[in-house]
Amino acid sequence: MAGNTADKIQGGVLGWVDARFPLSQLWNEHLAHYYAPKNFNFWYYFGSLALLVLVIQIVTGIFLTMFFKPDAELAFASVEYIMRDVEWGWLIRYMHSTGASFFFVVVYLHMFRALLYGSYKKPRELIWIFGVLIYVVLMAEAFAGYLLPWGQMSYWGAQVIVNLFATIPYIGPELVTWIRGDFLLSDATLTRFFALHVIALPLVLLLLIVAHIIALHEVGSNNPDGVEIKANKDENGVPLDGIRFHPYYTVKDLVGVGVFLIAFFAVVFFAPEMGGLFLKPANMIPANPLVTPDLIPPVWYFTSFYSVLRAVPDPFLGVIAMGSAVVILFFLPWIDRNPVKSTRYRSFAHKLNLAVFVVTFVVLGYLGLQQVTAFYSEMTLRFSVMYFLFFWLLWFHSRERSAVFSLASFVVLVGVYSLYDVTRFDPANALLLYTAWLLPTAYLFVTMVVPVFARNLGRDRPVPERVTA
Amino acid sequence: MKPPLIAILALALLALGPVSLQAAAPSVPLDRVQVDVTNQASLQRGAQLYFNYCMGCHSAQYMRYNRVGRDLGLTENQVIDSMIFTTDEDGELVNPGSLITNAMTSAYGEEAFGVEPPDLTLVARVRGEDWLYTFLRSFYLDESRPLGVNNPVFENVGMPHPLWELQGWQEKRADGNGGVRLQVVEPGSMSGPEYDRAIRDLVTFLSYLAEPIQADRQRIGIIVMLFLLVFLVLAYLLKKEYWKDVH
Repeated sequence: MAGNTADKIQGGVLGWVDARFPLSQLWNEHLAHYYAPKNFNFWYYFGSLALLVLVIQIVTGIFLTMFFKPDAELAFASVEYIMRDVEWGWLIRYMHSTGASFFFVVVYLHMFRALLYGSYKKPRELIWIFGVLIYVVLMAEAFAGYLLPWGQMSYWGAQVIVNLFATIPYIGPELVTWIRGDFLLSDATLTRFFALHVIALPLVLLLLIVAHIIALHEVGSNNPDGVEIKANKDENGVPLDGIRFHPYYTVKDLVGVGVFLIAFFAVVFFAPEMGGLFLKPANMIPANPLVTPDLIPPVWYFTSFYSVLRAVPDPFLGVIAMGSAVVILFFLPWIDRNPVKSTRYRSFAHKLNLAVFVVTFVVLGYLGLQQVTAFYSEMTLRFSVMYFLFFWLLWFHSRERSAVFSLASFVVLVGVYSLYDVTRFDPANALLLYTAWLLPTAYLFVTMVVPVFARNLGRDRPVPERVTA
Repeated sequence: MKPPLIAILALALLALGPVSLQAAAPSVPLDRVQVDVTNQASLQRGAQLYFNYCMGCHSAQYMRYNRVGRDLGLTENQVIDSMIFTTDEDGELVNPGSLITNAMTSAYGEEAFGVEPPDLTLVARVRGEDWLYTFLRSFYLDESRPLGVNNPVFENVGMPHPLWELQGWQEKRADGNGGVRLQVVEPGSMSGPEYDRAIRDLVTFLSYLAEPIQADRQRIGIIVMLFLLVFLVLAYLLKKEYWKDVH
């Protein structure tokens, strides 16, 4: 960068450092001379907010580690010690427990932004893959952390998840013993989860976040129009629609930080349990291997995938389905092959598909928290099917499809799950089954068949040359 | 291979009716109670009931005597006089800085009641205030139970009715609408409304005991909110100023 020589001539401490370490260069490349599109909207706050939550979790986590005892005999009492006897320990602990949930809120919104504006598409595939890896590690990190207070939900929640590995044929039972380090969830499990939670996974998380940001700054940020700002540069090579990240987006993100902290601390100070969603009442009872709680729902951020697990009667196939629901995210850049990035210029059918996906994910999340009933398990199955249909439709809408292909794939897809319905038909639940059958069928009908007859509903719009606002 | 698969079916898939040793959901609707943990008089009356009637059997092992004293506005001498009735191994009166662990031993509790009386430090967070309020007012005479009483909120509970002196004895009666109601058949030292108020005080104390910081937390929260609102306004003005030249 041009500024470097000038800085070095200026001398002083900065010049001395710059001659030995590229401080100004890093500052310029990643902040002061990093050009971001000027049209970022609401959805672009969540990247910087995710970093903020990470810092909150690390700092509060360090203080918790000073007082927490990773020992099955002492862990529960040490958390109450933090809540009662450690100065401001309650605040640190509530910030950490609330931070875990807010991490997922922010990350889910951040991921949705990528879906909304096609941010995973060429040339940003690796940013997306690093991002999904971050998400997976974050789930592992949250899961390991949830065991540490050693309450009933910690214990039985971990029991359920760890036992998922037992469904793997042949090696399952030995694998589970190896993970637990014992024949049941015990002190050995607690100490290794502690090690994973405080050092192993955070290290991986940090490395992945660095890779995520390096990849982002290599190709530049996408924007709500999905237009490459680097395609239009002035005589100095500066993108015409780009503005310096610092100070423009640093001050703008400061506003986001303000709003975020108000929401965050409102929960910390006024509703730290969030009605049982963030901290469950049953987790106020010390872990007891002999007493199973009535209902063992995972924490809310896992429940969508937990629903997919419960939708499949066979345990191992259920685990496969649940795993696929996460793994399929890695392939998003190659599933959605439509050259138009932003949903703004995509067809009505695609917009509807995305909207249904949001509803599906939220409904699955809700269902995962509920006790199993005939109605709920029917809904769980249907919405799980719709979860995967979203990805099929994403591929389907990669370009305008012929009438024959549209109708044929509609018939085949509906046929497949209808055939499954025939095998599980039960006259007692016939009405429920028929009604629920309408859900995925209507979804496919509107997004695949209707555009055959109303062509403009399936047609993408032209993308402008430059960003619009 | 077989036992883990069964475990999966029972646990992971939450097959209908998982094995449960915990109390099922109460068969009666819970009465609502409003507690105010900032009301020191109510907390003190609740603490008085707690230390006189509850802590013989139930520990509060995550809480310290002097913390209760400090939060309830009692002097150290008042704490020693009115809360501490037990001695340590050396025969000395238990230190006010100790945890409230002076209940009967778990072995004795199990022998006497069939189950160890649970620790009560966090009971308000586990059960909820409405549950406690209803439970403590719902003991009724039941000849079939070993201790002569039962409770619709916690069927076949292994606990006697320790507050019978105050409430008196209740019996289960048909309420005329096909349901049942509880009626006092032998009055105690308190009238019905007096007893309800006393239980509300006790629940207030239990709520405080479960999360002693809750009153302070909300007070501090308001200050933090006000600070953050000012921060937000300043951040917004700063952003507006910087973005003037972006078109």
